[in-house]
Amino acid sequence: MKDNLKLLLITLFFIFGPKLGFSQGLNSNELISQGQQYDGKSIIYSGEAIGEVMKRGEFAWVNINDGNKAIGVWMSAGLAKEINFTGAYKAQGDIVEIIGVFHRACLEHGGDLDIHARALRKITPGKITDHKLDSFKVKVILGLLGALFLVWILSLFKRK
Amino acid sequence: MILKPNLKDLKIIGFYLGKIILGLALTMVIPIIAGICFGEINPLLDFFISIEIAVLLGLLLIKFCHTDEDLNWMQGMIVVSLSWILAMILGAIPLYLSGHWKSFLDACFDSMSGFATTGLILVQNLDHLSYTHNLWRHLIMFLGGQGIVVIALSFFVRGFSGAFKMYVGEARDERIMPNVIHTARFIWLVSIVYLVLGTLALGITGIFNGMKPLSSFFHGACIFMAAFDTGGFTPQSQNILYYHSAIYELITVIIMVLGAFNFKLHYHLWMGNRKEIIRNIETRTFFATVIATFSIVAVGLAQTGIYPTATIFLRKGFYQLISAHSGTGFQTIYAQQFILDWNQLAMVGIILAMALGGAVCSTTGAIKMLRIGIIFKALQEDLKRIIMPEKAIIIEKFHHIKEMFLEDRIIRSALIITLAYLVLYGLGALVGMFYGNSFLASLFESTSAAANIGLSCGITDITMPAVLKITYILQMWAGRLEFMSVFAIIGFIVAVVKGR
Repeated sequence: MKDNLKLLLITLFFIFGPKLGFSQGLNSNELISQGQQYDGKSIIYSGEAIGEVMKRGEFAWVNINDGNKAIGVWMSAGLAKEINFTGAYKAQGDIVEIIGVFHRACLEHGGDLDIHARALRKITPGKITDHKLDSFKVKVILGLLGALFLVWILSLFKRK
Repeated sequence: MILKPNLKDLKIIGFYLGKIILGLALTMVIPIIAGICFGEINPLLDFFISIEIAVLLGLLLIKFCHTDEDLNWMQGMIVVSLSWILAMILGAIPLYLSGHWKSFLDACFDSMSGFATTGLILVQNLDHLSYTHNLWRHLIMFLGGQGIVVIALSFFVRGFSGAFKMYVGEARDERIMPNVIHTARFIWLVSIVYLVLGTLALGITGIFNGMKPLSSFFHGACIFMAAFDTGGFTPQSQNILYYHSAIYELITVIIMVLGAFNFKLHYHLWMGNRKEIIRNIETRTFFATVIATFSIVAVGLAQTGIYPTATIFLRKGFYQLISAHSGTGFQTIYAQQFILDWNQLAMVGIILAMALGGAVCSTTGAIKMLRIGIIFKALQEDLKRIIMPEKAIIIEKFHHIKEMFLEDRIIRSALIITLAYLVLYGLGALVGMFYGNSFLASLFESTSAAANIGLSCGITDITMPAVLKITYILQMWAGRLEFMSVFAIIGFIVAVVKGR
């Protein structure tokens, strides 16, 4: 019951929060290029969780890539638990929406440009990426192997 | 009268070029092993195709151009020059096949950036690149840092006098040991020992930072290769900012500085001659220029007020500076922040640090500390001449492993190379400005490319014009080879056209 209420409140916050002027949805380019303007403000940022969740005690770093650039998001370990997939060669990471405070040069984290998350919502769950065998590449390999064999045969004749 | 190169010249060049290509092909076995270990099938195929092309080309050159003759100076320089171009093309094949580069030119850009230990990138969606390709990106940086010819000298060439000619052509004019092949092997020994230690340090730190052990050691090895070879590639798109760790940054600073030191200095330190670090003109100049350039950056950043505490100031200001001065190009800020959050004075400090570089016979690019030290000493000598009585005899000396007299030919050589670098920085900046970029941003990016640094203020991007990409490729190539081999190839082309 308590969990359901929490979920409802978070959902309402994500839906109505920006409309009430609490937070503004921004992309990485806007945050980097207009850092001074958004410094210390509550913002909404969404993108794919990439790399891996780096747990640091009660908190964790998750780097979120919005398709242009990735920004580090500092969040509680509890929020980070929501992330099941992080983007890599073999996986598409969870697409998440973050509500948090943006820092152009975070005092707590050595001047990093980062976001301190207050809430996280998973928009699209990630998945394992299926890489099918590229048959064209296999044919090219076989063709080149044939050419190498030919060079070897020719060099044998040359020696004789 | 200019003599037209004959068929014999071409055969000699082709033969040694073939050997170097085979050496490069051999290195592709490493990502293939990685591909098998990580179970990355399609990346594995990319490297099978690339290794086959390289072996085929190498064998054809060796077979058709077979010769027992040794290289002369001109041929040695041309072999080096062309081997870097061929390495760029062959190294770009697996990158392009991965589908993460928009065009083959972009793949060539990153390949040259890797081999020349620059670090500027045009890769797309880096965060989803396979381990296999990522390892290759960093490996080419490691190979390029040691020198492509050094690889061939170490493993494929057995005691011929032409070895030294190729070694010099690769901007390594210092012999650590009496034999150039032993010198090449010593460079490898130093690098491998540091590779193991550096990977361990970064890997363990990564685990404490919350990374998984396998990933942590993989990142550790990649970051070490990029730091020690003063390259600047990283496995993730955020560069060093990805790790959010002060200790990680500290370790990379140590590795970057080690990479910026002369291999000859490493040899003397290994032999227990620790005083050399204090007496050597290069290390003295390095520490003096670090202080001077950091002062400029510090004043600039203090004016902006963006980094209010000392820790932040060091982690941002000093880190970018050491990264620039050592020629690495690691960043803990986003490229655009140089323009938007830093002021022009701070940027000038970084440009100056990039333009100066590290030590000769190291993996860094740029003018280098020995030349800066020599020019400064020459200036000191001239000032003394003005102050002292006319009849006074002034003899200036400097310490570089041993005491050396400051002779005019040494000063001349230092000034010529310095001038050539300044022209190269300027030419790249002109092309950058031609495409509408500001003077400072153009100079920043051009210096970064020509001095093989890799810091970017945002110009380097897939959308930049092809001419600018080619300009930066040429700058990286010429800057890495320190012009001699490049002049040689220009001379060779002139001889082909105008020779009799």
